[in-house]
Amino acid sequence: MKVDLDLVEEAAKTLYIHALKILPDDIKQGIQRLHDQESNALARSILEVMNRNIQVAEETKNLLCQDTGIPIYTLTIGRGVQVDGTDLVAAIRRGTARATTEHPLRSSVVHPITRVNEHTSCGRKVPVINIEFSDQPDYLRIDMVPKGSGSENGSFLKMCIPADGVEGVKRFVVEKVTEAGGRVCPPTIVGVGVGGTADLCMKLAKIAATRRLGSVCDDPEGAALEQELSEAINGLGIGPQGLGGDSTAFAVHVETAATHITMNPVAVNIQCHSARRASAVFKDGAFEIGS
Amino acid sequence: MAEHVLHMPCTEADVRKLRIGDTVTLEDWLFGIRDATLIHMFDKGRETRLDLDGHAVIHTAPNVRKVPVSNEHPAGYAPLCIGTTTSARMERFTRPLMARYGVRIIIGKGGMLDDSKAAFRELGGIYLAIIGGTAALETTWIEQIADVDMDDLNPESLWQFRIKGFGPLLVAMDAHGGSLYDDVRKASTAKMEAYGAAGGRGQ
Repeated sequence: MKVDLDLVEEAAKTLYIHALKILPDDIKQGIQRLHDQESNALARSILEVMNRNIQVAEETKNLLCQDTGIPIYTLTIGRGVQVDGTDLVAAIRRGTARATTEHPLRSSVVHPITRVNEHTSCGRKVPVINIEFSDQPDYLRIDMVPKGSGSENGSFLKMCIPADGVEGVKRFVVEKVTEAGGRVCPPTIVGVGVGGTADLCMKLAKIAATRRLGSVCDDPEGAALEQELSEAINGLGIGPQGLGGDSTAFAVHVETAATHITMNPVAVNIQCHSARRASAVFKDGAFEIGS
Repeated sequence: MAEHVLHMPCTEADVRKLRIGDTVTLEDWLFGIRDATLIHMFDKGRETRLDLDGHAVIHTAPNVRKVPVSNEHPAGYAPLCIGTTTSARMERFTRPLMARYGVRIIIGKGGMLDDSKAAFRELGGIYLAIIGGTAALETTWIEQIADVDMDDLNPESLWQFRIKGFGPLLVAMDAHGGSLYDDVRKASTAKMEAYGAAGGRGQ
């Protein structure tokens, strides 16, 4: 399979705009589920406004949220796929910039020191582009997440030590979600990374935060932690927007990796209720959009 | 839990009447303001030519389309998607916005902290909570981008919006020291501490 770079550019552009406008079905259902279980009247009314906003965005073909986020693309490349990696990255950047100038979208990306905005949603090493590999033949998939800043600012890393145990890990997660309160736009998906190195741990937390609702960690130890932390966090009473209620998180998602004998790292990365994402799978000279 | 309509600008007496849990719908005018706008106004000494006295500011940076200046678009911008950002980042600017510019209402998401609460009480102001992430809906309440200042900071310019039926918004912090966030924060912190004391094993 030879990759058509013009098609990749088009997909990068389409995915960014699509993700900003159409919320995946699992998230829509998640809001409805929380609403139906919620005991606090104000919280229920907030969840109703969120539902209404999803409808208005679809009816008016508008963005769900004004925060166009930091664009993140994850490319999964199968066996037998022929592409020049440098050109592939360039095509993604062109697609991101075209989405921004042609739609147009607010460019939310600035230089970290000068704070200068190039108005393309691009900058040094942004969009974030992750490359993964698959053993599927002739397979190319792009997953796109516009990561909003309100929840991305709810990111925390702690290099716990072995003596802290898993209890220390759990305490850290619950403490950070409590401190973040309404700032991270709850109800959220709380992404938790456990293990690895410092950078891998945070990457795991991001993968967890952007996983679809209903998915379960494929490490049984991580899956058990997901269940326990979801119950603890939804018992805090923070509620939608930090104004009280049962619906603090749709779910806690955990991803794990092996770590060093002296280390016990834990990372938290939070995804707000506008849990936007979109994907494209390439086949027969075209791409199909999904969530 | 009264419902109010406020035509902007408003007076100190107008906002002192409001209590946490009330709802307010704003009419006529609203100003958009954000991190860079405030940093330039208060840390870099820039003055705005726009009059914020008695007005409401919303923590936002909108998606806009540049268009020719016309009666419909006097600032040369058409609004596309206007929503609200997290307020707590802009905590240290509440007091100077009120004291120096006469701002009476701050609209945002996620709530503000103790210094804002004190400024609202001392100077007469309120915080209105909007539902974060519901920008498509919010945009339907914006009629026009009437003016823009400090546009070199775009999208973090100082925007003046013409609004119609902007709300209902929840009074989440009032001019009497009330804050809906405080009760939630106190209760959730107590539960978090109990969870920690139990060794991270629940209660």
